[in-house]
Amino acid sequence: MPLMYPLVFAAFLFSAGVYGVLARRNAVMVLMSIELMLNAVNVNLVAFNAYLRDQLVSGQVFALFVIAVAAAEVGIGLAIVLLIFRNRETVNIDEVDLLRW
Amino acid sequence: MEKLAWLVPALPLVAWAVQLLVGKRLPGGGAGVGILAVAIGWVISLAILFGIIGGADAYHVSREWAPIGAGFDLPLGMTVDGLAAVMMVVVTTISLFVQIYSLSYMRGDERYTLFFANLSLFTAGMLIVVLADNLLLMLFGWEIMGICSYLLIGHYWEDVANARAAVKAFLTTRVGDLGFMAGIFVFAWAARSFDIERIIEGVSSGEISSTTVTLGAALLFCGAIGKSGQFPLHTWLPDAMAGPTPVSALIHAATMVAAGVFLVARMYPVFEASGSVLDEIGILASITMLIAALLALVQDDIKRVLAYSTVSQLAYMMAALSVGGYSAGIFHLFTHAFFKALLFLAAGSIIHAVHSNNMSEMGGLARVMPVTFVTFLVGALALAGIAPLAGFWSKDEILTDAWNAGFGGTGHAATSQTVAQIVFVTGMVTAFLTAVYVARMLWLTFGAAFRGQGHPHEADAGMLFPLVVLAVGAALAGFVGLGDNSISTWIQTTHLPSEGPATLNLGLIVATTVIALAGLALGTALYRRGLPEHEYLERLPLVWKTLQRKYFLDDLYEQGIVRAVAGALAPATYWFDQRVVDGVVNGAGLGTRRLARGLRYVQSGQAQWYAAALFLGVVGLAVVVTRLIGS
Repeated sequence: MPLMYPLVFAAFLFSAGVYGVLARRNAVMVLMSIELMLNAVNVNLVAFNAYLRDQLVSGQVFALFVIAVAAAEVGIGLAIVLLIFRNRETVNIDEVDLLRW
Repeated sequence: MEKLAWLVPALPLVAWAVQLLVGKRLPGGGAGVGILAVAIGWVISLAILFGIIGGADAYHVSREWAPIGAGFDLPLGMTVDGLAAVMMVVVTTISLFVQIYSLSYMRGDERYTLFFANLSLFTAGMLIVVLADNLLLMLFGWEIMGICSYLLIGHYWEDVANARAAVKAFLTTRVGDLGFMAGIFVFAWAARSFDIERIIEGVSSGEISSTTVTLGAALLFCGAIGKSGQFPLHTWLPDAMAGPTPVSALIHAATMVAAGVFLVARMYPVFEASGSVLDEIGILASITMLIAALLALVQDDIKRVLAYSTVSQLAYMMAALSVGGYSAGIFHLFTHAFFKALLFLAAGSIIHAVHSNNMSEMGGLARVMPVTFVTFLVGALALAGIAPLAGFWSKDEILTDAWNAGFGGTGHAATSQTVAQIVFVTGMVTAFLTAVYVARMLWLTFGAAFRGQGHPHEADAGMLFPLVVLAVGAALAGFVGLGDNSISTWIQTTHLPSEGPATLNLGLIVATTVIALAGLALGTALYRRGLPEHEYLERLPLVWKTLQRKYFLDDLYEQGIVRAVAGALAPATYWFDQRVVDGVVNGAGLGTRRLARGLRYVQSGQAQWYAAALFLGVVGLAVVVTRLIGS
C-alpha cells in the first residue's frame, strides 16, 4: 500500500477535527474533535513507521504514548465540562467566556 | 608605628559615624568622641614624624581595590613618608585644638553634635588626601573636604547669605575640581595607573611625553587653584567666613586650603618636568598674593582680613613651589597652619566678646582681654614675619629661594629667571603690605578706645588653652627649619633630594626685617588712634572703588557666568529635561497604555477564536518553514 493513502486519510481526519474544534458549540463535541486530530496524527505515525520500518521502529511507540496522553486529556477535559455544566447549566462554549477582558 | 598610620584617618571617620548615629545621646553631645579620635591620631602622627626625623624609611602599602581590566586597577594604599608625616602632624594638631576650642565656642549651639561630626569627617578627608598613594584616593578625600566645607560654611543656614556663601564655595572649588579630575585621567591614561609613584616614575623616565605632562600638570593645578583659593578662583574663600570661626581656623586657614599646595608638592617631580606650568604657577601666585594683600588692607570684618591674608599666604607657598622651593613651600605651610589657626581662634574669642565681626565695633580690647591680646600679637607678628617667630623663617626661606632662582645665578632649572624675579619682587611688596594690614588689624582691634556696644570680657579657659598652645607653636614652629636635620631633610624623597639646611642670606634677612618693620610702622602711624573717619585709600576713588568691589571679579562672575547659566542655560536645560527627556519616558508609558486599551478587545474570552488564531499561526509557521527548507 502506498504511503499516500494513509496520509490523505489522516489529512481528512485532521481537517474534520479542526472543523469540529472551531465550529461546534457543544464542549463535548469539541473534545471529541480534538480526539479526531490526535488520531489523525496517530495514523501518520503508524504509517511512517510501516514505511520506514527498516530504519526506525519508534513510530508505534510514539503512537502508544499519544493514546495514553489523549486518554488522560479526555479524562480531565470531561471533568471540566462536567463542572461547567454543574455551575452554569450549559456546555455551550460560546457562553463560557470568563477569560474576557 | 608607620603601620598604624591608617588609623589616623580611620578613627575620625568612625567618630563621624558614631556622632551622626548616636551623638546626641552621648554625654557632651558626642564631641568627646571626635576629640578622642583625633587625639589618638595626633599621638600616632607625632610618633611617625619622630620616627622619620630619626631616619626611618618611608612606608608604603598598597592593595588592589577593584580590577577594571585593560591593565588598570583601582588601588587602595597609603604612603607614609616625611611629607605625609609633617602634614599629618599639622592636620591632627590643628584639628585637635580647634575641636577643644569649639567645646566652649559652640556651647549651646542648635546643631552642636552635627558640627563636631562634620569636623571629624573633614579631618578624615584631609588625612586621606595626605596619606593617599594614588590620585583616585586623593580625589576621594578631596571631595569629602569639599562637602564638609559646604556643610560647615552653611552651618548657620537660616541666614540666606550664609547658605549662598556655602553654595558659592562649593561651586567655585568645583570648577577647579573638574580640572583636577581631567588631570587625573590624563595621567592615569598616560601611565596606565593611578599610582602617584608610578606616574612620577613614568614622567622622570620620559615614558610620558612632555606635552602630556604639561597638559596634565596644568589640569592638576586647576584643582589646586580652586582648593587653595588662588586667583582667579579665590573669591569663595573670604565668603567662606560665613561659617563658625573654628571652621575658618581649621578649614579655611590651616588645612583644607593647604590641600592644593600639598597636591603640587606631592606631584612636584611632575610639575618640575613641565617647566612652563611652574612658570604659570609663579605668575598666578604673584598676582594672588598681591591682590589679596591689598584687599586685606580695606576690610572691616576681622575674619575677612584674615581670609585675604590666608589667600595671600597660600600664594606665598605656591610661589615657593614655583621657584623650586619644595621644602620652603611646605615649611611655610607648616608654620602658617599654626599662626593662622591661632589668629582665627583668637579672632573668634574677640568676636565672642564683642558680638560683632566688624573692627569698627572693636578697639581697646588689650586691657580687657590680655591673654587673647598676647596670643593674637604672637600670631600677628609671626604673620608679619618678625624674627624669631614662625613666619619669619619660612617666609625668609621662600624669598631666599626666589632670590637665588631669579638673581643668584643658582637658578632652578625648571623655572624661568624672569618669573623668579617677579615672584621675588611681589613677595617683598606683599611682605610689606602684610605688615601694614597686620598693624592695622592690631591697632583697630586692641588699640585706642572701645567703639562697640556692651562690656567685652575675656574668654573662658576652654578657649584660652588652645590659644596658648597654638601661640607657643606659632612662636617655635619656625625652628624646625633650622639645623642639619631640618624639615627639608624630613620631607625629602628619592625624587626630591634634600636641598640641605636653609641657607641664611644675611642681606635678605636684614631686608625682609626692615620691610616688615617699615610696614608695621606705617600701619601704626595710620591707625594708632583707632579707625579714621575716612579710610586713607578713599582719597583715591578709583583704587578705593576697585578694592571695595574686589576687583569686580564677583561682579564679573555674577554678570557673566551666573547670569548666563541661571538666566538662559538653566531654563533651557530645564525645558529639555521636562519636555524631551521626561517626554520620552512618559511617552513610552502613555503609548503603551493607549495601545493596550485598544488591543485588549482581542481577549474576547471565546476559546474557539483563540484556537483559530493558534491554527492560523501554525499554518503560517509551517508555510514559512517549508519555504525556508525548500529554497
